[in-house]
Amino acid sequence: MSLDKNMLSKLAVGDKHGEDSPYFEGWKAYDNNPFHPEHNPQGVIQMGLAENQLCSDLIKEWIKANPQASICTAEGIDGFSDIAVFQDYHGLKQFRQAIAAFMERARGGRVRFEEERVVMSGGATGANETLMFCLADRGDAFLVPTPYYAAFDRDLSWRTGVRIIPVECNSSNNFQVTRQALESAYLDAQETGIKIKGLILANPSNPLGTSLDRETLRTLMDFINDKQIHLVCDEIYAATVFAEPGFVSVAEMIQEMDHVNRDLIHIVYSLSKDMGLPGFRVGVVYSYNDAVVTCARRMSSFGLVSSQTQSFLAAMLSDQSFVDNFLKEVSKRVAKRHLMFTEGLKEMGVSCLRSNAGLFVLMDLRQMLKDQTFESEMALWRIIIDKVKINISPGSSFHCSEPGWFRVCFANMDEDTLQIALQRMKSFVLRDRENKNCNNKKRKSFQENLKLSFSSMTYDEHVRTPRLMSPHSPLVRT
Amino acid sequence: MGILSRKVTCNTHGQDSSYFLGWEEYEKNPYDEVNNPNGIIQMGLAENQLSFDLIESWLAKNQEAANFEREGQSIFRELALFQDYHGLPSFKNAMSGFMSENRGNRVSFDPKKLVLTAGATSANETLMFCLADPGDAFLLPTPYYPGFDRDLKWRTGVEIVPIQCTSANGFRITKSALEEAYKQAQKLNLKVKGVLITNPSNPLGTTITRTELNRVLDFVSRKNIHLVSDEIYSGTVFTSPGFISVMEVLKENKLENTDVSKRVHIVYSLSKDLGLPGFRVGVIYSNDDIVVAAATKMSSFGLISSQTQYLLSALLSDKSFTKNYLKENQTRLKNRHNKLVSGLEASGIDCLKSNAGLFCWVDMRHLLNSNTFEAEIELWKKIVYEVKLNISPGSSCHCNEPGWFRVCFANMSEETLEVALNRLKMFVYGPSSTTRSQSEHQRLKTLRKMKVSNWVFRLSFQDREPEER
Repeated sequence: MSLDKNMLSKLAVGDKHGEDSPYFEGWKAYDNNPFHPEHNPQGVIQMGLAENQLCSDLIKEWIKANPQASICTAEGIDGFSDIAVFQDYHGLKQFRQAIAAFMERARGGRVRFEEERVVMSGGATGANETLMFCLADRGDAFLVPTPYYAAFDRDLSWRTGVRIIPVECNSSNNFQVTRQALESAYLDAQETGIKIKGLILANPSNPLGTSLDRETLRTLMDFINDKQIHLVCDEIYAATVFAEPGFVSVAEMIQEMDHVNRDLIHIVYSLSKDMGLPGFRVGVVYSYNDAVVTCARRMSSFGLVSSQTQSFLAAMLSDQSFVDNFLKEVSKRVAKRHLMFTEGLKEMGVSCLRSNAGLFVLMDLRQMLKDQTFESEMALWRIIIDKVKINISPGSSFHCSEPGWFRVCFANMDEDTLQIALQRMKSFVLRDRENKNCNNKKRKSFQENLKLSFSSMTYDEHVRTPRLMSPHSPLVRT
Repeated sequence: MGILSRKVTCNTHGQDSSYFLGWEEYEKNPYDEVNNPNGIIQMGLAENQLSFDLIESWLAKNQEAANFEREGQSIFRELALFQDYHGLPSFKNAMSGFMSENRGNRVSFDPKKLVLTAGATSANETLMFCLADPGDAFLLPTPYYPGFDRDLKWRTGVEIVPIQCTSANGFRITKSALEEAYKQAQKLNLKVKGVLITNPSNPLGTTITRTELNRVLDFVSRKNIHLVSDEIYSGTVFTSPGFISVMEVLKENKLENTDVSKRVHIVYSLSKDLGLPGFRVGVIYSNDDIVVAAATKMSSFGLISSQTQYLLSALLSDKSFTKNYLKENQTRLKNRHNKLVSGLEASGIDCLKSNAGLFCWVDMRHLLNSNTFEAEIELWKKIVYEVKLNISPGSSCHCNEPGWFRVCFANMSEETLEVALNRLKMFVYGPSSTTRSQSEHQRLKTLRKMKVSNWVFRLSFQDREPEER
């Protein structure tokens, strides 16, 4: 039951939360029919969720060996009452110190983070929104290179009223963001009277799975410094980097680039990806700007990390030998999964964007599109969900400017399930290739007889459905 | 320096207010029985530290929940990955049950209408985002919790217009005060979207009467606006007349499933009743589907840690624990409250008669040099810096009469409370307080009280109503 919509805010009744996007639609398909090796082997395999399930054994082991880390166990209960009342938005000192140390080690010890600048937030989701509230007013804009994380639309814009100006990147140079693209987007915005307050990007990138090299970082930093606008680096996948050029954090670049105004530099971090703890809601805003630290800290009241969690993590992340081993293993295990998956795809003639990080790959299915349009991308996506029974994310949901790219996650299931997914993909790809060959032959002979072509029904029956007019209006499920 | 947002440079966050300055002074020089016996005693923090032992003994007997285990199996991985903004079903069920228990099971709550948020701080802000646009207004009875200025206004752009309540009738909400506030909002060209009440009240420590609740419901009904009832102190009611939730009044008036009921939203939290502010457990309860859906999505910005949800779902599902806890907690609060009240009395200081909360609303008007807010701040500074007690001046709660202070009693040990009361006595009567100076003081106080009440009587007798105690 609900009221007349005028009774509520525009935020409540609008759709700017972005959750009607296909990114979330696929999740629903999975929720309705989730794969399970024994109970539901024909179900949808979830490959649209960028979760790190590869290292929970290491954490479990540590928990078992360290019962005093919990305030609820017999060994730790003496700390219960102090922790239970602790709601200071500065956060527990040991927690801040442990987070700063972890962030340093995830960057190979090449940078120093001050614990006084570590500000808590409700996950990276909360961190990104908070930074927008601090850096921009309603109607201001931030540049974001495409393709970008689907939920940025919600996190950066929804309640803040800040606009996202996409900076288009394309596959011709592996989606690298160029100075030219930035300047062009900046100029266009200026001409229409839009005030650009900064540039925000994820490094390593979601959905690309690539980390920025020094050269590109230098370019970005020179750009924002020239314009005196902010740079927000979402570094939540830092520890998932497994190959060259390694992870270069903006924190490292600041050390080398004295001329860049530090008040413009802000980092977003989280334990959701690197440690696989999204449920614990640990987000961090790390800013080199004192006024932003103060403001973000006040705003953290709206999304503090549970003191129970702070206390637990303070203990675990202060254990240096655990942290060092953990970081080593994350990188190793992600690399292994990445290889298994990309090799499997290669075998069936499917290529991916070359990547060195992240919990996913950007799969290139442009060859499989009926034509190079987003309608065809959506049609293909629906088939992959409904017939191949794999939930993957279409590039359009990441605002990719070219149709045919799909983000596929590989770290949120066990190896057996991954193999099953590869099998399903293989059957589908081979069948599709066969159909295409078959149709090409038939088309040729029909054309010779001036008869209508017997094109593949598989695509047409989806494309012809009237509702599928734009990439953002998914089909009704059959 | 790059230009920052207006939110950074404005002070709508309210943290320059005296409420927070007192905290800062305390932080610099905190009382410690052993290490700093001359430090400032914190009486400005509405925390419930009286009943931890009950939770601790439950934990000792329920190690499974503590160890991320369920039926002998580790569920660590499950919890670590659980970030569904619909929340852990077992936790929502347990919360609904607990909220119902807090209301004597006179009303029930549907877990599907519950939204989990990072504390009541987040719940209140989220409701504003859902119910109002920037520039709209909510009416709030004064005095009110100082943090509302930040929580309701700062990032939302919503305005607060006060519903002026006065000591003439025990700060009860009157019909004319409601109408007056509404008119004032209109004068300021603000669109009123609703009324927000805190029941039991912070800082008054009183439960809202059935009459008042009916009055407010009638008002929001006629004006076609929302009612948000912040009921985070519902479990702290320790004596009659008992707690009446707006949900009960809706039921009594057979207004369930009507339009009005869809405009009533409740905020709850475990920070006060269970004394767990660090765990960041807040809740929005609404009968409106769109509000529930929108608020649920917004909760992404402040979800409750899954390990905390799991622990508390086990705790709150244990009915024998909750029943005993609620009863015992209330007894302890009552005792503490009585101790503070009688201690203040011994210093010739009265309080508003209260039956709930973790604080008393203390009447120090007779100690003011003049009936002004300057004098109130002067007195407050003396109390913080000389008497070394951090209490909250009424002006920080937007009280429209100078001389009232909120004094918390549940966030320290009984010994510390003793020390605080002795310090106050010394301040009021001087270090060599004799019975003569005590009675002189009493005489002055009575005299002033008479003057004040005559003046107040003349101005507002038409708003008086028989007290429902």
